[in-house]
Amino acid sequence: MNRSLFSLLAGLALLFSLPARADLRVFACEPEWGALAQVLGGDAVQVFTATTALQDPHHIQARPSLIARMRRADLLVCTGAELEIGWLPLLLRKAHNGRIQPGRPGHFLAANQVRLRERPARLDRAEGDIHPEGNPHIQTDPRNISRVAEALAARMAEIDPADAAGFARRLKAFQTDWQAAIARWEKRARPLRGVAVVVHHRQWPYLLAWLGMRQVGELEPKPGLPPTAGHLAALKARLAVQPARLIIHAAYMDPQPARWLSRHAGIPEVTLPFTVGGTPAAKDLYGLFDDTIARLLGALK
Amino acid sequence: MRSNQLARAVVSTACIGLLSPVVEAGPPEIEAIQQEIAAMKQDYARRIQALERRLAQAEREARDARQEAQRANKEVDRMATAPAGTPTESANAFNPAVDLVLNGRYRAFSRPASENGIPGFSLGDESFKGDAGLSLDESEFGIAANIDDLFYGQFTASFASDAGEDSVSVEEAFIQTTALPAGLGLTIGRFFSGIGYLNGFHSHADDFADRPLPYRAMLGNGYNDDGVELRWLAPTDLYLELGADLFAGDHYPAGGRGHDGLGSWTLFSHIGGDWDESNSWKAGLSYLQAQARDRASGDPDAPDLFSGETRLWIADAVWKWAPNGNPYRHNLRLQGEYFHQDQDGDYRFGDGAPLAYRGHQNGWYLQGAYQFVPRWRLGLRVAGLHADDPGAAFAGTDLDPLGRDPRHYSVMLDWSHSEFSRLRLQYNRDDSRPHSDDQFLIQYIFALGAHGAHAF
Repeated sequence: MNRSLFSLLAGLALLFSLPARADLRVFACEPEWGALAQVLGGDAVQVFTATTALQDPHHIQARPSLIARMRRADLLVCTGAELEIGWLPLLLRKAHNGRIQPGRPGHFLAANQVRLRERPARLDRAEGDIHPEGNPHIQTDPRNISRVAEALAARMAEIDPADAAGFARRLKAFQTDWQAAIARWEKRARPLRGVAVVVHHRQWPYLLAWLGMRQVGELEPKPGLPPTAGHLAALKARLAVQPARLIIHAAYMDPQPARWLSRHAGIPEVTLPFTVGGTPAAKDLYGLFDDTIARLLGALK
Repeated sequence: MRSNQLARAVVSTACIGLLSPVVEAGPPEIEAIQQEIAAMKQDYARRIQALERRLAQAEREARDARQEAQRANKEVDRMATAPAGTPTESANAFNPAVDLVLNGRYRAFSRPASENGIPGFSLGDESFKGDAGLSLDESEFGIAANIDDLFYGQFTASFASDAGEDSVSVEEAFIQTTALPAGLGLTIGRFFSGIGYLNGFHSHADDFADRPLPYRAMLGNGYNDDGVELRWLAPTDLYLELGADLFAGDHYPAGGRGHDGLGSWTLFSHIGGDWDESNSWKAGLSYLQAQARDRASGDPDAPDLFSGETRLWIADAVWKWAPNGNPYRHNLRLQGEYFHQDQDGDYRFGDGAPLAYRGHQNGWYLQGAYQFVPRWRLGLRVAGLHADDPGAAFAGTDLDPLGRDPRHYSVMLDWSHSEFSRLRLQYNRDDSRPHSDDQFLIQYIFALGAHGAHAF
């Protein structure tokens, strides 16, 4: 009896002494930032990614599992610009973790490191689910990833100075490879220049601007509102006058509206990974852009 | 060879001789023509030279322009991703998040509004079925913000209309720590206790227009009070939270601020996690001990007074399904709670002498809400109660269970245009009282402003 009580207590003590590990614990809101933190952190970090590429980052339930993971995080890496406004503030409040609260070094927002597009001139919920600071879907332009990497490596070094040299070394190697990859992608994507597209949700301005493509329509009547039959029919009529060559949507979205318009307007639709893991080929950050461009080019043929 | 050339010269001289009428003009004119041709040649050479110079110039300019364009492109790239100044963390900078929930309903009952209690239970203020017809429901006005780097604050006032009288009540007014070490969190002020599952939610977040029977019968729809709460979150991947409240004991089921204003306390624990990517769960066990001193029931005609102690145990569980963790299109929420309550004290009715009461009551509900297409949800709920019969002395009072266990069945359909607007249609079959009551409810819930997220 006494022995079993002792072993129970010992077990509990062990359970609660586990966090003594030296690794930097990273809580990444989206897969792209989880992947980036892993690339920069290597074996000095433990990365937990809160969402998958098949989840809509606007609409995540503040699940107990996420609160538990956030409780022990040393560094929070999220997009910001109110993308996670529906769940992150609640998680932060429930997680009782002072290290990652807003204003602390452990609170890192990627959108603060780059220039946001589509900052709305008029803030009104009648405009749909708009983000006052601008469009938060920055990860579709690899030049943004490069900027975020720079700032993230610096932040990791600030929180974990012992591993600072490693972070700097991995950042340098990453930037070299990444710049070469960007040049490669830009060369391959040259035929996409000027191509007009219809998007499901307004989440591609960075990709389109990078590749010189044009957006001529949206499947959603207002950002965040599901496509309606009336809106799709009007869009189809408009496309007869102002044609587009592609309909693009993210892997996590309902493909039905895009397929409907594709059938009725005779324009190919293409599913893009949107983030790491969105398609089988988008295994890492490089795969994300390899596959995005390959799928765009493939659909144009 | 040579003779050949000679022959050619002879022939050509002869030819010139033959053609002499044409070129008869003679050598001076030929000279003039030759001069003219030479002048033209020189002119063309000059022009060609000029053209060549201009071409070279154009090529140089084009090269310069190309280089300039490349430099500009690089600059554009740099500018395209450079952050614009110092972005703010939130749109309203230092202003708190303000939100307003507009809430109203229409009710129709098959039985008169006077048949509104739950036999066997002495109810709190808000647990009755309410007025028939159109009414303004609890409209909530809330302000919340981080106060500084250590504290968060929230205030929620509730505006309600009851029998033509408007009333305002403070639902929540608390501060909460955000940076205590070791996973601890302290809340001070007025707030909803952490017991049970539904208790911590504002009613506008519910899946049904009214609270399930056990909440109405034993917690006055939800227990909030003035007090202090300490929570501890375990540093494990499994969600495990332990918490305790100490309250003044002013609100139902407590009352009269017993024990020198420390009239009630609670203990609660919740665990939770993900079953897989699409399924997650949470379960809890809670205990509430509430002291009451002359606690008046909410019965407007003949309130009874209770003095004594209430001990309540709650077991709760919720299961949520969202395909791939994506609740936007389809989702399902199943939840259930079991209440067990012991009461020990005296009830006083009107001017009569106090009647000793010692008994136990229990209650349960099980409900599910399924979003079958985007925007539309269907919900089902069953709930039941049981109260001990306190004996003949209580005959005719609210505590007389009339020899029956109340049951309550609900079906609900709601439509949300966006996450900020919802319209709901609900049908209840209320078998709490001897005569079944068919109830129809139409409810609207609209949220303005910075409406915060709802907990799991």
